[in-house]
This record gives sequence, structure tokens and C-alpha cells, in this order.
Amino acid sequence: MIKVSLTVNGKKHEKETAPDTSLLDFLRSIGVKSVKKGCGKGECGACGVIMDGVYCKSCIVLAIQANGTEIKTVESLGNAQNPHPLQTSFVDEGAVQCGYCIPSMLLAAKNMLDKNPEPDEKEIRKSLDGNLCRCTGYVKQIAAVKKAAKIMRENKNDQ
Amino acid sequence: MTNNINNYKTVGKNVRKVDGIGLASGGHLFVADLADEDSLVAGILTSPHAHARIKKIDISKAKKLDGVHSVLYHGNVNRVPHTTAGQGYPEPSPYDTVMFDNKVRYVGDRVAAVAAETPAILKKALDLIDVEYEVLKPVFDPEEALAPGAPIIHDEEDAKVIIPVEYDKTRNLAAHVDTKVGDTEKAFEQADLVVEDRYTTHYANHCAIEPHISHAKLDPHGRLVITTSTQVPFHVRRIVSQVCEIPIKQIRVIKPRIGGGFGGKQEILLEDVCAMLALRTEKPVLLEYTRKDEFISSRTRHPAICDTKLGFDASGKLSAISLKVILNTGAYGSHALTVGSNSGSKVLPMYPCNDIDFTLDSPYTNLPVGGAYRGYGATQAVFGLECLMDEAAEKLGLSPIEIREKNHIRSGGTSPIFKALGEGTEGVEMKIGSCGLDRCIKMGAEEIKWEEKQNKQASKPWCKHGLGMAILMQGSSIPHVDMGAATLKLNDDGSFNLLMGATDLGTGSDTVLSQIAAEELGVAVEQIIPLSSDTDVTPFDVGAYASSTTYLSGMAVKKTAALAKYQVLEAAAEMLDCKLEELDIKNSVITGGPSELTLEDVGRHTLYADNQHQIIASASHVTEKSPPPFAAHFVEVEVDTQTGKVDLLSYVAAVDCGTAIHPKLAEGQTEGALVNGISFALTEEYIFNDKGKMLNPDFGNYKICSTQDIPKIKTILVPTFEDTGPYGAKSVSEISINGALPAISNAIYNATGVRIKEGPFTPEKILKALNSQANNK
Repeated sequence: MIKVSLTVNGKKHEKETAPDTSLLDFLRSIGVKSVKKGCGKGECGACGVIMDGVYCKSCIVLAIQANGTEIKTVESLGNAQNPHPLQTSFVDEGAVQCGYCIPSMLLAAKNMLDKNPEPDEKEIRKSLDGNLCRCTGYVKQIAAVKKAAKIMRENKNDQ
Repeated sequence: MTNNINNYKTVGKNVRKVDGIGLASGGHLFVADLADEDSLVAGILTSPHAHARIKKIDISKAKKLDGVHSVLYHGNVNRVPHTTAGQGYPEPSPYDTVMFDNKVRYVGDRVAAVAAETPAILKKALDLIDVEYEVLKPVFDPEEALAPGAPIIHDEEDAKVIIPVEYDKTRNLAAHVDTKVGDTEKAFEQADLVVEDRYTTHYANHCAIEPHISHAKLDPHGRLVITTSTQVPFHVRRIVSQVCEIPIKQIRVIKPRIGGGFGGKQEILLEDVCAMLALRTEKPVLLEYTRKDEFISSRTRHPAICDTKLGFDASGKLSAISLKVILNTGAYGSHALTVGSNSGSKVLPMYPCNDIDFTLDSPYTNLPVGGAYRGYGATQAVFGLECLMDEAAEKLGLSPIEIREKNHIRSGGTSPIFKALGEGTEGVEMKIGSCGLDRCIKMGAEEIKWEEKQNKQASKPWCKHGLGMAILMQGSSIPHVDMGAATLKLNDDGSFNLLMGATDLGTGSDTVLSQIAAEELGVAVEQIIPLSSDTDVTPFDVGAYASSTTYLSGMAVKKTAALAKYQVLEAAAEMLDCKLEELDIKNSVITGGPSELTLEDVGRHTLYADNQHQIIASASHVTEKSPPPFAAHFVEVEVDTQTGKVDLLSYVAAVDCGTAIHPKLAEGQTEGALVNGISFALTEEYIFNDKGKMLNPDFGNYKICSTQDIPKIKTILVPTFEDTGPYGAKSVSEISINGALPAISNAIYNATGVRIKEGPFTPEKILKALNSQANNK
């Protein structure tokens, strides 16, 4: 067993775990369950997190590799009482069907928008390319990111 | 009932999806999120052989391992023949499955199961189970499986069917249907043009991003509580009761949010084993499939061989259809009869004629098991039919649009197939009520610029440009079979709990059904608190399949709401001392009386003041018919003649689903289905070795579309009004998965002159066809 200590959405966590534990399983074991398992091979993208500012798939990162890092999950965006524009845009554009892939997809979109606040459609498609969704056909999600980007730009201008 | 959608307050509006924000903020809503922390983890040992008898199995070493709590295999569980198909009782699928057998019938078949304290112990325990197999000769080709002398896959004595349908396990025949209307032989003789060909469709997986997962435990009273990712909670309860031999009353099934289903979760795959392990260990147990298990051991789209023959007169009027389907059901007969029957009943009525032959053979093979999959048989059969319509059009000098306009079914029309072909029984005679096919074709063609782009040049000299189309139909529920029910109760703040058996599998049905309740009651949708699919709490519903939820369960909700409204008005009339008939509810206010009351007033009064009672209503609904939604799909492609790659430039789906209760969700159903259809047509494929083992069980090698793979997509909802549906609604979820195979094949032909009759349309396949075309010139 090894000790892993990391920060999730600003809160510090420390736990002993087996050395081959993935970051995904580690996060879920400390109660961070918005991170989903869909394939365990880094192919479906349901397990995405932002680790020290980099979007990555937590099922192919070992927990020990994340030792000392700062992890952000979808809870860092907002919640039902105070949702982020990405979350409301996804819901209002019909981009959320079963919702299983959504937390991770939102993080991928957020990560892209932080660097590129005014993406074109091609850039949006590229940013979500690693997030498989079998429900929606992606049309609504692309529209939702466009809409959220606009709202986020307007909010920024208002500040 | 008004059919002017503009008069509706909630129906037809894009209200906020009731579970949307909770899902988008990472709420702990799925089975894995809700499992007890101290759950044992369970796993299944599967067969490495396609066909083998288990000569000896030794579980002693696994059992002795510290941290192992239970090992199940055929030697320590009772043998209860059943079907894993989550269908209504009596199921039309054969009872050819037991929890564990002494024989395995495909690579991935169940051998044993273990519950252990950690994943590491589980893995070790599964490795420690010693199995000695006597390998038997397998059969993989569905036609060979039917031939005399083929290895018999179900040689056990107890496999049987429980309804009077043809079933002959001594010939590997899981299902057979033979339906004849009129005299096709004569009709083909008299036809001016006959076209016929064989089109085949391939294995595919549902690929719900959440794999199958079940959690089972005993509550403090000893009742079994199963929380599971299912489309059919009530069928889960019934089948677990059957297989585990415990009374239905001892079982509670809860469906939380589920991560996609598409038919794959209309199957009892894990619940029986998970339940048995919880019963044996008296501890909570979590059993989940890996992605690899999903591909190999869960269910698939039945591959099909469809021989289609069409007869026309010189004007292009269709006079006869013959359709012979060989549906490979794999090792077990789950949905073998009904998927096959739907290949006829959800396709042939699209072109009404008097002389029709339909035959179905569903052979067992030693390959993965077929099952329910969005499209359910129509996907397989409409491919050949719609390509042959194009072939006939060309020979008759008609355009693809003209030949379809000349022949497709219309409002008021019927087909003898509706009565002749049901789901294991005779069907139900039906006249088409609403049909927007004419407008679907017209609007779809306009959107894609069908005429304008006919002779468009490709973007590169070595590429060829093409257009293709297909028209489609499906159904809405299974008439006289499916039943849905709902309950509404008024709270003291004027809100209503809506309890329903209907199962939201991510489609948004909790939202759509809440809209229907809100519309009928005269309240805002926010006043409805939906709770679906908890067998202890909600009334019965067959579940989410057969495109039934909006049409069938929606009508149950509408009836329930009408009854609840009557009770509200009754109480209000008493409170206001006026006649009930004078009153109505508008935006939660009782109007029309001497003074106004709110629903909150009525709720509080009836719960706490005079004539105290709970306003609560329930209603059930069974459908008399299965009104088809219709669609026309159009696609524009470029085929690279150097590589054989097909590029989709744009895809248009014009869909008649009656009234779209929630237009954005209806569009979402259409887009999700058509993108699944596109990746089925272009890339998705099971690759087997010569021993029947799937070689590509992961997303790296089994390609489903991602954001960069999809063309420009346009969905057009073409409103019609279906009198028998809630507020004019029909179904929408399945139909649009069926269009890509024929539309893209037709577009490839239009571009290159080669016809691809077998999916998926990989560059290799297209290049080969182009080369053989060049060699024949």
C-alpha cells in the first residue's frame, strides 16, 4: 500500500491505496463519484478530470502519479443551485440525455474555453473528440458549447 | 382534444429536462454511485470456447481463498430454464438459458461467478477455478447451422418455448415464421419488372457508455433490494423471482439514472447472478461488466441475411414483395422471434400491396447472442428494401423520390401485414391515422438540395459525389401486449407526485411524461415531481422498449391526470359551493367559480380541513394500435476512388413523430439514433477469429462516431397529429437508426455505380467493389 495525497476541488484528501490503483478508482473511493468508468482504457472519456490544469483521462493515470496534484472535477464548475453556463447550456440545448458522459465532457469543454474563449465549430468538435456519447449524436453538445462560450464571454465583459 | 399545438401550455415546449442539472453537476445518480461502500465485488468467469461441455469444474481453491464469500456454478445453483429477454409474460423468446449450465455455447458464455472482498481477490479467485472442457465442434454460419448434420447447440432436454410458436432445437431453429398474403408467385409472373437481391447486416453492440451494472442486498427485513441499470425493472423483478426461486413480494427493483440502454438493458444479464450472490452471502454485492464483457458477453444486434424480391408494373407501382430473413440469434434465442418478425411488420407495410411473402428463420450459432437493439429488426430489413427501390427506380426510369411517392403508405391506408404478423401471435389490423411521409420527403429533399445537387462535382478529381435517400417507418408500442400505468397525488403545496413504471433510460421520458401530466392538469411542469421505476413504489409498466414510452405510458399519464384533475375539481366545487362543471384549472388556479382557489388551497384543505382525503389517481393504458412514426433520410457523400473512403458531407432526417411533446428531446433522439446508424453503416464491426472469438472488444478497435466523425446534420420535425396518442404524439426514439445503411449505400451507388450490399461500408470493401467494377469494364 502507498499513501496518496492530493487536492480535489480545493479539498485535501489523503489515503492509503494499492500501487496499481488508477486515479479514477482512487477518486471514486474517496467519494468523488462524478468521475465515471466507461472503458478503463482511456478510450471513452467518461472519466476526465483536470489535473494541474491539464485535462486527462483518470482511468489511465495511476493514483500515485497524481500525488501532490490539484484535481478539478465537474463539481468545481457549479451545482444545481448555482450552475455554470456550460451546465445550463448543456441542459437547455438538449445536450444531456443519459448524462453519464456529461461531467467529463463539460470539463473538456471548460478546459478548451479557458484557453480559447471564442472557438469555431471545428475547434469545439476537436475539443470534445475524446468524449464518446452514444445518446445525442453530438449536435446538441456542439451547440451547447457555442452557446456557453458566448454567455461566458458576455459575463466576462460585464465584469 | 385540440390538435392545435399552439394552444398547449407545456406540450410542444422545450422545458428544462427534469434531471438535467443534477446530471450535469455530477450528482450521485447511477448504480455505481449508489452502491453500499462495503459491497462485495462480483465477477463472472466466461467460456474461452465457442462450444464445449464442462467435464469437470473445481471451485475448491477459489472458495478457500481468504476474502472469497461465494462461488456459483452449475453444481450449486438450481437449473431453471428461462429467457434473459426482458419481455412481457409469457415471453415469446425461448426458455433456453439457465443461470449456469454444464455446457457453454459461445466465447463469453457464463461458467461461474464469484463474490469477493476486493477486485484483486476476485481476479485471483476467478483464476483459481479449474475447468476441464470437452471441446465440441462449433457452427458459426447461420445457413450451415440450419443444414442437416450441423452441431446441435441446444441439446439439453429442458429448452422450450412457452407460447405456441415454431421452435425446433434439434435443427438449431430458435424461431420460424411463415406468412403469406395473396399469391406472390402469380404476382411476380405478371410483373413487368422484378428486382431481387441479398443484403446482409452485421453484428453490432449497443455501446451504452455505462456498462451493465447491478447491486443487490438484503434489507433489514430480509427482502432483496436490487438497484440496477435496466430498461425493464418489472421484468427484472419477475425473472429474478423465477430464476432465484423466491417470491416476487420478496424483491424490490430500483432503477436510478441509467447511462444509456438502446435495447441492451432490456435484458436480464446480471441481476439474477447478483441477486443469488446477495442471497448466499447475505451481504451487498456489486456486479458490473467491463467494456470487454459488454462486447463479448452482453447482447448484440442480430446479424441478418435478407433476400428481398420486388415486383412492379410498368408504371412503377409495386405489386408484390417477398422477404426471406435469416436472423442469426447466436447462442441463445433472446428476441429471436420478435426481432425477426419486426423485420417484416415494421418494414413491409411501408409499401402496401396485396401479394406478400415473409419468412423468417432464426438459427442458433456459436456466436454472441442477439437481443433487442434500437431499430429491432427494421434496421436489418429496410436496408435491402430501400436499396432495391432505388434499383427498380433506375430500371423504370423514375427518380428515387418518384418511385417512393408512387408507392408509400398514406393516411387512411393499411397493409395486410399489420394483421398477419404480430410478435409471436397474429398482429392487429390497423389503418394508418397520421402520416407525414409526403412532407418528410419533400422537406428533406429541399433541405439537402436534392435537385440542385444531382450533378454536383466532387471536391477532388479522384472523388465522386453522390446523393442517397431512404424512407422509414417503425411502430409505437406493442398493441394488446404492452401496458403502462401511472399514479398522481396532490401535495399540500399544490404540487403533484407523478409515480410511473415507465423507465427513463436517458431519453428524457421523465420530462416528457411530466409535461403530459402538467398539460392535462393545468399546472406548470415544475409542479410535477416525477419518480419512475421503483417496483415497491410506482405502478407497473412493461418498461422502455418497442418505442412505447411517450405513446403508451404517456397515455396512461394523461388518463391519470384527467382523473386527478376531476378529484381536484370535485373538492374545489365543494369548497366553493358550486358545480364541478363550471371549474377548470389554469396555471394552478381553479377558475370559473364564484371565487378563485389555488391548488395549494385545495391540497391543504383536503389534507387538513373538511372532508379530509388524499387526492390520488391511477390509470393504466393498453394500446389498440401501434401507429408508425415515419421518416425520410437524405445523405450527401463523396467517395474517394483511390482509398475507398466515404465522406459524409451532410445528412438530413425529416421525421414525423406526430406531436413532438419536447421538440429538442425529439431532435436529440433523432440525432443520436442517426449517428449510431452512421457508425453502424461505416465502421462498427465484430471481427472474429476462426474459433468464434471477437478480436476487437474495445473502443480503440470497434469504432463508434465521435464529434469529428459526424457530418453536418439537420433534423426536421414534421408535425402530424395522431388521434390515439397523448396530444397527438407517436414514437421517435428508434426509427432514425435505420436510415443510414440504405441511404448511404444508395449514395455510394449514385456516386460510383457500385452497390454495396453488406455492411459496414469500409474503405476496403468499397475499393474492392470499385476495382471489380473497373475489371468488368
